[in-house]
Amino acid sequence: MPSSPLLPKLMKAHGVSRRSFLKYCASLTSLMALPPAMAPRVAYALETAPRPSVIWLSFQECTGCTEAITRSSAPSLEELIFDAISLDYHHTLQAASGAAAEHAREAAMKEHWGKYLVIVDGSIPLDEPGYSAIAGISNLDMLKETAEGAAAIVSVGTCAAYGGLPQANPNPTGAGAVSDIIKDKPIINVPGCPPIPMVMTAVLAHYLTFGIPDLDELGRPKAFFAESIHDRCYRRPFYDKGLFAEGFDDEGARAGWCLYKLGCKGPTTKSVCATVKWNDGTSFPIEAGHGCLGCTEPDFWDNGGFYKPLSAPAGNYRRVGQAAVIAGVAAGAGGAYLARKGKADALANHETVDAFTLEKEEKES
Amino acid sequence: MRNSSKSGADLVQLMGAVANLPTGNALPILAEIQEALGRLIESGTTAVIDLGSIPFTGGDEKILQEILGDGEVNAVLNAMGESFVQETAIPGVWRVDHYDLQGKTQARFIEVTFIPDILRTQPEDALRGHEMLAERLNERTGANEKGG
Repeated sequence: MPSSPLLPKLMKAHGVSRRSFLKYCASLTSLMALPPAMAPRVAYALETAPRPSVIWLSFQECTGCTEAITRSSAPSLEELIFDAISLDYHHTLQAASGAAAEHAREAAMKEHWGKYLVIVDGSIPLDEPGYSAIAGISNLDMLKETAEGAAAIVSVGTCAAYGGLPQANPNPTGAGAVSDIIKDKPIINVPGCPPIPMVMTAVLAHYLTFGIPDLDELGRPKAFFAESIHDRCYRRPFYDKGLFAEGFDDEGARAGWCLYKLGCKGPTTKSVCATVKWNDGTSFPIEAGHGCLGCTEPDFWDNGGFYKPLSAPAGNYRRVGQAAVIAGVAAGAGGAYLARKGKADALANHETVDAFTLEKEEKES
Repeated sequence: MRNSSKSGADLVQLMGAVANLPTGNALPILAEIQEALGRLIESGTTAVIDLGSIPFTGGDEKILQEILGDGEVNAVLNAMGESFVQETAIPGVWRVDHYDLQGKTQARFIEVTFIPDILRTQPEDALRGHEMLAERLNERTGANEKGG
């Protein structure tokens, strides 16, 4: 089964016409930010793609990423694509638990050694691996063991991609990203807290059709992370004219002016939130009246405060690309060193913030 | 509530109005369409412009609609949700808008072509049609034989 293309059979079984399929491919091509002329190639690749085995590992996470990706509202070809992958292990979704679940993972690894895709959500504790374990196996061991036979790894969500919330000041578990630990496999980072479900789908579809997509310096697919939210923001004309909201309920906010002074991280955040949007294309945070938090970027929790303008000093948290990680000594040890250093710095710099301070900052800005 | 001077409905309306302000992207797109139409006439080269790949608000749509207008053909597809395929008042320039089963926009294209491909019957569907018609005829003739 794993090598036979499944999509044509599923389409026939569901009575999906070729025309519907072409319509889907046109929409998917648009979503993958490929030129519209590529739609026939997308169709061909989807029809002939073999069914890959997927092992989904959830580590230090909130399950938000899984929640987001499983919120497909109606039967659609997207669902068929998910049917077209063989999700052999996902401890939140699978019926089996304990030893039976681990056995499923081991069996899938053995059968598809070298070919399976590993999806990871959540960060990995490096200070003390015992902080997070599944069936008695530490996250660190499970990741290393499973990654060994993988064709590629997709780090879904900012925790898996860059450490995310668990790594935030003061990083109590010494949390690290997948790329801090695994150095010898292609890793696709799909950050976001959570990532846009359609982006996750499109990255999987891209992997199924054309393999690993073009990645930026932070390991993110360029199709979705090449441009800043600011570049595509419908409030951009107000920024260009120097019209800024100064408070969340002032005249400017009501007139939809730029949220830069209220701490919007759109200018330094790369994502397609402004065009693909959320909840089936309904809206995105800036359209709802709140600045971007920058959740697709490393260290977004610690980048100087959500309500401080980008021009305000941000402290020394900012991590420039993966350079810091690459500079680390050896695989796990490098990540652990960084995590410990981050923790010590964070403890030294720790400032307490309460609601009163936030309110005060908001008024002053 | 500090914003109690504005009712919730007013605010929603206001946000909608702001989200629909033109971005200034309609005129460059129209220039691109003009160039593509020239190529279609000269060499038969078709072009597709993806309106989802640039900021394109309701205000921009309005400008596009005012200049392109409505043409002679207006087709509705029922293929995993509706799709509207409309020739504009500029022959050779088509609007193709795909919606999903919930009526939400999936993709918006301008196609510069003599006929959008999505309107043609696909060979695979014709093959299935051929089989279906044979089955239906068999059922009918079978029923007639039983009845007769």
